[in-house]
Amino acid sequence: MTTRMRVAVVGGGLIGTWTAHFLARRGLDVILIEKGMVGAQSSGVNFGNLRLQGRHPGQYPLSLRSQALWEDIEALIGDRCEFERTGHLYVAMNDAEREKLEQHARVAESHGLVIERIGCDELRRRWPWLGEGPQAATYSARDATSNPRLVSVAVARAAQRRGAEIVEHTRVTEVCRNGTGFTLETDTGRAVDCDAVVNSAGAWALNIAEAFGETAPMFAAGPPQFVTEPIPYRVTPSVQAVDGSVIFRQILRGNVIFAGYPRTAADPVLNRAPVPPIKTLNGMRNLMKIAPFLKSAQVIRVWSGIEGYLPDMLPVIGESGTTPGLYHAFGFCGHGFQVGPGVAAVLVDLIVDGRTDTPIDLFSINRFKNSVQVSDKLAREFDLPAAAGGRAG
Amino acid sequence: MPDEPKQRTHKGQFVRAVPRHGATLRLTIDRDTVEAVEGDSLLAVLLLNGRVVRHLEFGGAPRAGFCLMGACQDCWVSLGDGDRVRACTTLAANEMVVWTDPQKAHADA
Amino acid sequence: MPNVVIVGGGPAGIRAASILVEAGLKPVLVNETRQVGGQGYRAPAKSLAVDINALMGSEAGKYQRLHSLFASLQERIDYRSGTLVWGVHEKVLHTLCDGTAGTIPYDALILATGATDRIMPLPGWTLPGVFTLGGAQVILKDQGCLIGNRIVFLGSSPLLFLAALQYHKSGASIAAVVDTTPLSAKRAAMRDLAASPRTLARGIVYRASLHMAGVPIIDGATPRGIDGEGHVEGVRITDGRGRERLIPCDAVAYGYGLKPETQLAELAGARFRFDPIFRLWLPETDADGRAGADLYLAGDGAAIGGADAAEASGALAAHALLTDMGRAQPEAELARLRREVERLRQFQRGLARAFAWPVAQSATLSDETVACRCEAVTVGEIRSAVHAPLGPREVNRVKAITRCGMGRCQGRFCGPALQEIVAGACVVPIAEVGRLRMQAPVKPIPLHAAAEMEP
Ligand SMILES: Cc1cc2nc3c(=O)[nH]c(=O)nc-3n(C[C@H](O)[C@H](O)[C@H](O)COP(=O)(O)OP(=O)(O)OC[C@H]3O[C@@H](n4cnc5c(N)ncnc54)[C@H](O)[C@@H]3O)c2cc1C
Ligand SMILES: Cc1cc2nc3c(=O)[nH]c(=O)nc-3n(C[C@H](O)[C@H](O)[C@H](O)COP(=O)(O)OP(=O)(O)OC[C@H]3O[C@@H](n4cnc5c(N)ncnc54)[C@H](O)[C@@H]3O)c2cc1C
Ligand code: FES
Repeated sequence: MTTRMRVAVVGGGLIGTWTAHFLARRGLDVILIEKGMVGAQSSGVNFGNLRLQGRHPGQYPLSLRSQALWEDIEALIGDRCEFERTGHLYVAMNDAEREKLEQHARVAESHGLVIERIGCDELRRRWPWLGEGPQAATYSARDATSNPRLVSVAVARAAQRRGAEIVEHTRVTEVCRNGTGFTLETDTGRAVDCDAVVNSAGAWALNIAEAFGETAPMFAAGPPQFVTEPIPYRVTPSVQAVDGSVIFRQILRGNVIFAGYPRTAADPVLNRAPVPPIKTLNGMRNLMKIAPFLKSAQVIRVWSGIEGYLPDMLPVIGESGTTPGLYHAFGFCGHGFQVGPGVAAVLVDLIVDGRTDTPIDLFSINRFKNSVQVSDKLAREFDLPAAAGGRAG
Repeated sequence: MPDEPKQRTHKGQFVRAVPRHGATLRLTIDRDTVEAVEGDSLLAVLLLNGRVVRHLEFGGAPRAGFCLMGACQDCWVSLGDGDRVRACTTLAANEMVVWTDPQKAHADA
Repeated sequence: MPNVVIVGGGPAGIRAASILVEAGLKPVLVNETRQVGGQGYRAPAKSLAVDINALMGSEAGKYQRLHSLFASLQERIDYRSGTLVWGVHEKVLHTLCDGTAGTIPYDALILATGATDRIMPLPGWTLPGVFTLGGAQVILKDQGCLIGNRIVFLGSSPLLFLAALQYHKSGASIAAVVDTTPLSAKRAAMRDLAASPRTLARGIVYRASLHMAGVPIIDGATPRGIDGEGHVEGVRITDGRGRERLIPCDAVAYGYGLKPETQLAELAGARFRFDPIFRLWLPETDADGRAGADLYLAGDGAAIGGADAAEASGALAAHALLTDMGRAQPEAELARLRREVERLRQFQRGLARAFAWPVAQSATLSDETVACRCEAVTVGEIRSAVHAPLGPREVNRVKAITRCGMGRCQGRFCGPALQEIVAGACVVPIAEVGRLRMQAPVKPIPLHAAAEMEP
């Protein structure tokens, strides 16, 4: 007798939906359970950057695998979701920052990414609207953007067409061992039996991990995002100051979306990600420094989202350290949009083939058994000492 | 098309019903010079002299404001110095240069 | 002395200020408009030779009293005119004045932010020449201008006949007043309307005066669309007897009553409940206007009640604030004010029934009709988003997917219709589809506003 392997995916963000889609494509019996609506959390509200420059060195193989999937998105799900290879301009304001860019560039190049180094004059020639601040930049043409509001839902629909069952408005309240498999209890009373569980519950993922005797020091925060009224289209690439003060891009409709550190604490229990007005003002000031031509543009809207962060600014990806058949993928530290499809592909390798060629040891949940290296970003990129941000749900 | 209203007396959308006393102002709207009276809102000047305040970013349809009290945001125009203002809550000023189309303002700059 | 801030320079805000001044406080009064008085009682600019008494008609006395009250307060309050409050966070107001950002910290906050017109989309409603009914009044008072040469007043609102009459008195040519509410609905609402016989009588007088002046009045009509190439050329309706009619005109004043400006209340922490009569989400307050710790709401911004209710509720909010500061307030006066506010708001509920929001119209709107004028999102796009697999059934999700409500006005004008369209498409009660959430800035602010501020 051959019964199909049944996998339950908890959480319908980008990670969960891509995982459901790829599993269904491999012929597995898939059910995705989402407590609210698919793609309504981080995955649906993020900045939309598919950035390859400046990533953690150990993440490049995963990142590049993911980018190749993004580049193929239309073939994969039948919808382009505004994917564009807009390129990414990484700008430095002084020599120290230029040196930092150089380090990033060498790492990226060692993984085969093409990086252009751009001096002051060329910078002004190619992007004449840049302000006085930027002194040098690196440019990667393969970096891209897509519309996060559309993607997760489009992927979930594609998974549905492949036979995956997508259940919304249903919260997984408990995951229990049941023989070699699992039983999931939900708040609607529906119970689901399965052979494997994917924990892609975003900033809410700790409950499931802890039920199986493991955890991670994840906290929830939200990077504030701001957007201007539509203005004539002019800025093609995504532009980022290497000091993290501002990142911005212009969408084809004309709105300029911008963001900047530090991130603000968010509340996964009350589902709140406030944007204090002072952040908006800071963002406005920093954007104006780099792109003074925007000084009269009006800011019309702000928002944020609830993202899980870990002290080493790396996600948890891989099989549980305690429980075979349970797979974690959470805590994407603000860069999960780009790696999303790649992470899903890796999970499917693990679930279906029992192994993956993409290096992921760095992301094991077991790393938190020992004291982990705290990223220097933690101090710079968050409002308060990270712990004060509050434990993720 | 319906009957042309008989009473159309001038090219503007608005009709001044109450006289305003004050200094005469001269403004430029899309290269045309128009006169206004101190105290006039920019929107009043635009619509006393024409039927369009701006063109929608998406498809270019003409718009002429809607709420007239700073709520609908359908009356944003560009000034000669690149500044953006909400016409219904902005007072007209002498020598103001107004563009009903930001693309044109941009091309001109 | 505690730092009390009032936002809104209409009847509610001014009365609240006067009570606080009497109690020896010096409140800050922040008002976005340059002219004081709010929407209904806005003072015309000095250079405008407008006969405000004639324009205000039976309300002229109240208008004058409010403005002399304000004049007597001006030295004793910290008045900030031309100042927009665009955000509230942790007991600090964020302001914009002359293009520069600022802050005002507060210990207690009274929000008296008034209302704007409630609109139902209609084919052609984005054409130049279509304005809100309230806007038509404001431009007359504020600028001495009429919205066109030949005007149709269209919709359903107690202000419909008032505005038409004000226009008529100002020499406007009125093509027709088209009231979309059937007379039967008005009769059915008489019981609530009896709560304020004077206001009711006024309404009847406005209508009769227009009729006597020969202005065509059409009752119980269904609007079909506004026609024109590049600007308004006529209004198409089906009249109460089922006849199709085209009324030539070059301007339309359009509206379905008022809707509270609740954005700041939301940012300041007020909670909302669905009001089935207004079919709107309104902030929750107690009888005196308390909406949370150190937060008070008054006037039309709390619940539509008209100018008299605005004044009384402004006074109540100020008394509540003083009570909460530990200062005993005159109980008899409070009781009187509460009765007054309740009676007037009861009357408004009657008005909301009599001058019905056209729920049915939202279901019959053609797919091509623009729902969101900022982002040019059509009714059809909303419906197909809802009907798609895994389609959203909640308005904030619909906004995320269609962009309806994402533009410069932040859903002020499409919000109520969006709720109806989504509820209609999902076939669920309207309360189930939620309401658009707010974030600061409540109105657009330029990047350069931040330039002067220290980080
Ligand atoms: C404002 C913002 C901007 C960002 N910008 C970028 C960017 O430009 N580029 C980039 O690469 N990344 C960016 N990120 C990060 C990126 O969005 C996230 O890393 C990514 O979306 C994470 O996807 P996810 O599926 O893990 O999480 P989520 O999208 O949070 O999905 C998790 C889902 O699980 C559901 N869930 C939780 N618990 C349960 C339960 N018990 N039962 C059922 N369902 C449950 C939740 O409702 C949620 O929908 C940004 C994040 C934010 C917040
Ligand atoms: C357009 C319109 C026309 C009307 N015409 C009449 C009429 O002719 N006769 C009549 O009897 N009634 C009229 N009404 C009804 C009557 O005006 C109201 O019931 C009454 O004005 C309500 O008073 P209020 O104090 O609550 O608000 P309002 O009088 O509306 O005052 C609110 C004030 O708050 C300010 N404000 C709002 N938001 C902010 C912010 N974020 N920052 C700073 N300031 C802010 C506004 O600029 C405004 O000055 C009209 C209402 C409207 C909306
Ligand atoms: S006309 Fe509505 S904001 Fe100016």
